[in-house]
Amino acid sequence: MTCNRITTGVLLAGAVLLFTNPAAARDQIRIVGSSTVFPFATAVAEEFGRSTDFKTPIVERTGSGGGLKLFCAGVGVEHPDIANASRRIKQSEIDLCRRNGVSEISEVKVGYDGIVLANSKQAPKQRFTLQQIFLALAKEIPAPNGDWIPNPNKTWQDVEPLLPDVAIEVLGPPPTSGTRDAFNELALEGGCKTFPDVAALEKTDKARYKQVCHSIREDGAYVEAGENDNLIVQKLRANDAAFGVFGYSFLDQNGDVIQGSVIDGIAPTFDAISSGDYPVSRSLYFYVKVAHVDSIPGMKEYLVEFTSEKAYGEFGYLADKGLIPSPKVEREQFRSDAGALVILQDLPGVASK
Amino acid sequence: MQARLTGRNAAELRFRLYGLFAIGAAIATLGVLLFSIVGKGYTAFVQTEILLDVRFDAAAIGDLEDLEGEGRRAALQRADYGALLRESLREQFPDVEGRTAIRSLTALVSTGARAMLREKIADDPALLDRSVPLWLTADDEVDMLMKGQIARDVPESERRLSDVQLAWVDALEAEGRIRTVFNRTFLTAGDSREPELAGVWGALVGSFLTLAVALGVSFPIGVLTAVYLEEFAPKNRWTDLVEVNINNLAAVPSIVYGLLGLAVFLNILQLPRSAPLVGGLTLALMTLPTIIIAARSAILGVPPSIREAARGVGASPLQVVAHHVLPLALPGILTGTIIGMARALGETAPLLMVGMVAFIVDVPGSLTDAATVLPVQIFLWADSPERGFVEKVSGAILVLMTFLLLMNAGAIVMRQKFEKRW
Repeated sequence: MTCNRITTGVLLAGAVLLFTNPAAARDQIRIVGSSTVFPFATAVAEEFGRSTDFKTPIVERTGSGGGLKLFCAGVGVEHPDIANASRRIKQSEIDLCRRNGVSEISEVKVGYDGIVLANSKQAPKQRFTLQQIFLALAKEIPAPNGDWIPNPNKTWQDVEPLLPDVAIEVLGPPPTSGTRDAFNELALEGGCKTFPDVAALEKTDKARYKQVCHSIREDGAYVEAGENDNLIVQKLRANDAAFGVFGYSFLDQNGDVIQGSVIDGIAPTFDAISSGDYPVSRSLYFYVKVAHVDSIPGMKEYLVEFTSEKAYGEFGYLADKGLIPSPKVEREQFRSDAGALVILQDLPGVASK
Repeated sequence: MQARLTGRNAAELRFRLYGLFAIGAAIATLGVLLFSIVGKGYTAFVQTEILLDVRFDAAAIGDLEDLEGEGRRAALQRADYGALLRESLREQFPDVEGRTAIRSLTALVSTGARAMLREKIADDPALLDRSVPLWLTADDEVDMLMKGQIARDVPESERRLSDVQLAWVDALEAEGRIRTVFNRTFLTAGDSREPELAGVWGALVGSFLTLAVALGVSFPIGVLTAVYLEEFAPKNRWTDLVEVNINNLAAVPSIVYGLLGLAVFLNILQLPRSAPLVGGLTLALMTLPTIIIAARSAILGVPPSIREAARGVGASPLQVVAHHVLPLALPGILTGTIIGMARALGETAPLLMVGMVAFIVDVPGSLTDAATVLPVQIFLWADSPERGFVEKVSGAILVLMTFLLLMNAGAIVMRQKFEKRW
């Protein structure tokens, strides 16, 4: 009898494997990509599902690079329709898409995200320059004699006599994160460039330039705190001496316990990031597979919802979620582009292979 | 002599104290963990509501009398419930003027309230043009304020609720228009980006479907493997090799199974992404070695005398196994299976690779629908910026731990009930 039961179990398991039909048409939009765009894309997806007759899209968190890789894998129901990215698509990714038959991509700029350097409200608010951030966090810094030496700075005072005599302790995202990429590119490289020697280095030895300007120190002053920004916020509350690196939306939601440091004289406020004055801000994008627009129901309507004023506008619900909207002209541009499904051309400055 | 005895007694006493200390440390850690989770999480099970007199204005909704079926549904879908809410809030606070002020007034009520109104009028068309007092879900900011998670004494610009919003909430509270009730949404809804509308039901169903597939595949295969290896296979170098491999597989990190699942089930078999079917098959691979090892030791525990007695009265090898060995080993096998399943219930890493780390609002209805599972839901909420998700994370952990506890208790009960000692 037990034997019969086991046989039935095996047959059932076999049946489950056989009777799935993967090639069935899809009636639900599938979105992949950046964890920074995730909170915004999901908010739009939910509102879209609630206010229309279409099913709520599925939004997956894969990271920008992983998302674009899935997105570019081909055309067909098994491939995602939209990829979110916290940076612009690279030429190499456009080429990959083309090789796999995804020749028509439409680009939509969602808005901006500022990266803040914040600390607990219990400690005084700090003012940094990009150069000070570089001197505090880079792996190698230029010595007075022009050589590059391993970063000797232990306290903020070592960096700049006016800063407090507190050990440098910065909690931030790991290298796999898009936030870290943007922080390296905007804050570290921005500070790095302020040294006259470096500007020369950029022209003569590009690889060396990238190495010195994009390497964060590994001696414990910069602590990789994982992808979870909430965790960093909680650690900052417990440790007055530490600073954290994360997206503006977390500062926006926790303004009563943490404060953003002023960088190059500009505080990380909604207006300063929106106008582009705040130096450490980046654009967020999503990419649409044009070939899917007619076959997957609701794609056009999703684009309309996302680019409507009530979503990504100045007072839209995405702004409530911490998104910094683009200027009005840009929004109108992307709204009409998304409506007409304007195809993304090769990126300027890079030859297509 | 006496000195040595004293020494040995002292050693024994020390050993006992070490043991007590170890147990004490374990219980204290567990206590701190439970205390912090329950302390943060119990508020997830209650929800703030606001009482409003809503007038179902016929002008805003349209005439439902003549419409039927599809047309009626479309009319209900189209109606502007936001306007109804605005009107009833303005009735409550008649002095509020201006677009921005009205916007911040309507922000007190959850965006889900619109859907509530739609269901209400769809259920009972007689409400049309009547004013009805309704308890509506409050926005998560108001909810956090009522739960004491928003500091009132910081400057207005650093709070998510403005001074005037605080005054409105206080006025509503003074009128008895704010209450805290059991949060049914948390246990019956799918995911949402609004903390007050988010629930664990979608993730629970996803977990259940995934585990069902994992169990359905790994249990029969695991038991058959164990029976064959223990009862039928010849002992030679090949079976030794298989045995070593199975023991090794039990220790492989779970993410590796995720990569395997991605390669085999998604890329080769072309099964749908994010489906409980794929997640279940991946977890089945992961739990298979655990089940095989548990089943083998349970079968090994059946005394040889039972087998010999069965053979003595003329049973075939198959009958020996099916009638005697398996029923006697079953409690041990089931215990191992349940422990393997409990581990699978808490697993996120392999599911990341097969696309189950996703925002999914609809509760999955079949094995091929997109779904997520409880631990993934916890991870996604833990990474959301909204303050309201902090308690939801702990609440969801409580739900997950309840299920783990039930499964492990089931394993213990089964062992107590069916175990035979020789």
